[in-house]
Amino acid sequence: MTLQFNDETFREDYSFHNSQRAINRFPFPFDKDSYMYAVNMEQHRGGPADSVYEKRFDVDEHYVSEMRDRALVLADDPLRCQSLPHMTLAGWDLLELIMVSKSEDYPDLFQLHRNGDQWHWINKPLGIDDTFTFMDETTLPYGPMEYITRQAQGDFCVLDQRDDNLWMDAGTVTTQADWSLDFDIGMNFFEWHAPVPLAHEKGIFVRALKFLLNIQQGAPARRLNWTMTVNPLLDTSPENYHKWGVQKGTITPENIGAKQHLRVELQTFYRLPRSNALVFPIRCYLCAFQDIVTMPKWGRRLHRVIRDLPEELATYKGFIDNRPMMLDYLSKFDDGLPTSNGIWPEKDSEPPLQV
Amino acid sequence: MSKFQFPPSIISRPVYGTLEARAGKQHLMIADAEGAEALLDLAAPELMARSHIIFISRGTDYAERLKALSPQQFYEGPTYAASVSRIRRVLQDAHMGLQVYLAGTEGLMGQAQNEAMQAGIPHTAIQTEHRGSTARRMQCVHCKGITEDVAIDPFQCAHCGLNLFVRDHYSRRLAAYQGVCIDAEDPGNVPAAKGIYE
Repeated sequence: MTLQFNDETFREDYSFHNSQRAINRFPFPFDKDSYMYAVNMEQHRGGPADSVYEKRFDVDEHYVSEMRDRALVLADDPLRCQSLPHMTLAGWDLLELIMVSKSEDYPDLFQLHRNGDQWHWINKPLGIDDTFTFMDETTLPYGPMEYITRQAQGDFCVLDQRDDNLWMDAGTVTTQADWSLDFDIGMNFFEWHAPVPLAHEKGIFVRALKFLLNIQQGAPARRLNWTMTVNPLLDTSPENYHKWGVQKGTITPENIGAKQHLRVELQTFYRLPRSNALVFPIRCYLCAFQDIVTMPKWGRRLHRVIRDLPEELATYKGFIDNRPMMLDYLSKFDDGLPTSNGIWPEKDSEPPLQV
Repeated sequence: MSKFQFPPSIISRPVYGTLEARAGKQHLMIADAEGAEALLDLAAPELMARSHIIFISRGTDYAERLKALSPQQFYEGPTYAASVSRIRRVLQDAHMGLQVYLAGTEGLMGQAQNEAMQAGIPHTAIQTEHRGSTARRMQCVHCKGITEDVAIDPFQCAHCGLNLFVRDHYSRRLAAYQGVCIDAEDPGNVPAAKGIYE
């Protein structure tokens, strides 16, 4: 199908919106009626047609506007994109991975022509047509990682692997769930996850690290993570928290369906061939509560998950104060009927809401 | 003087040990204020004969006692910032077998550790011992300004003036803990400050 790109904003007037197609394919993160941390990794080898799992790097209707938002964030704060000196090779690896994947998966949108180290890259949605020498930084307007991540939705953390650990040594991070690349750069896997409650004690990070250290070329993995965001704000950074934090207080029973968004991260993990680094794309999908509850299964389940979530997690994810209002809203979409297993909405087989 | 026992915390928060003499060709010892006591406890004539002590007194009177240990080289700097170029020079000239010992406040140890790391010494190979003030070196995540010697929580950023709460999340690269706006969601609602470890 031909993608129509939305002209929308993720700030100020927040004109972001999801089409019916985007709602249908929203990666609802709960596969059962409760939630607790789990490693929850699976192979990233495609998925149902038109789902966000289908392609290696999903391109959707928000692509052009998200890239415009990224450019605004980087203009305001260039430290959202950083690469320690030993990570340039990994940046080229990432550029290659994204260009090859996108040109193969979306040939109508992206083209890559390679003649030895002379590469010709065409990005039609963004109107980019560049010729450059692979592995020669002077032939690109930015470093390789910055160049390509200005053209790819989601944040990108490029992790060096040494001493049986992963190190956050490069990244482009403008759509983050409240963590700072500038602060965390150079940290190892346990250190940058240090503020996460409960998961260390459950051994989640030890198991996750073991899994990630063993990811092989050509065998990427994926998982979903989630949090809550008031207004469709991509840049929920700690840097700007003093500006956006106040928005959490603007929720009312009347506007919560439109303003409160479930924020889902599709996290994928790819081994990079030359550097042996691991790239960790974190793709953010936003969906307003009022759109989620149009899927009866999701409405029932979201109410149960939020209601039963441990207090530490609701606090860490930053919505403890708004939880009662969320539950008032969501309870109207939970009739107590059982839900089917798995994340898919099953719109044809789940019973409609009983009122 | 008894050492402060830091409460258990998250993984990114540094932990400090007790300095011990290690085999090495050269010994670089950097300390501030009561950190001098850790060096005095460590001192042995054969160690001192190969030691370079860099000391920032911060108003204490340990300098003469350190000098009396007869280290191979001794320098008293008026501030950490004033001593950094000397520290860099020593690290630049260092050979394999240099041992690094850091003692005193977290801010001093963190910044000196960062210099040693940049010179190629793994942070795990650097010994540290906390002595004296438990005040922290804080980075404001909003304006990126550093406020030194923060003993209370919340505190006011010395640069942008925001009221920040003191996190235990720590960056070795910045040698600082992270300070985050405490009243972002409810402007003006700033709780009374108390000591970080109260």
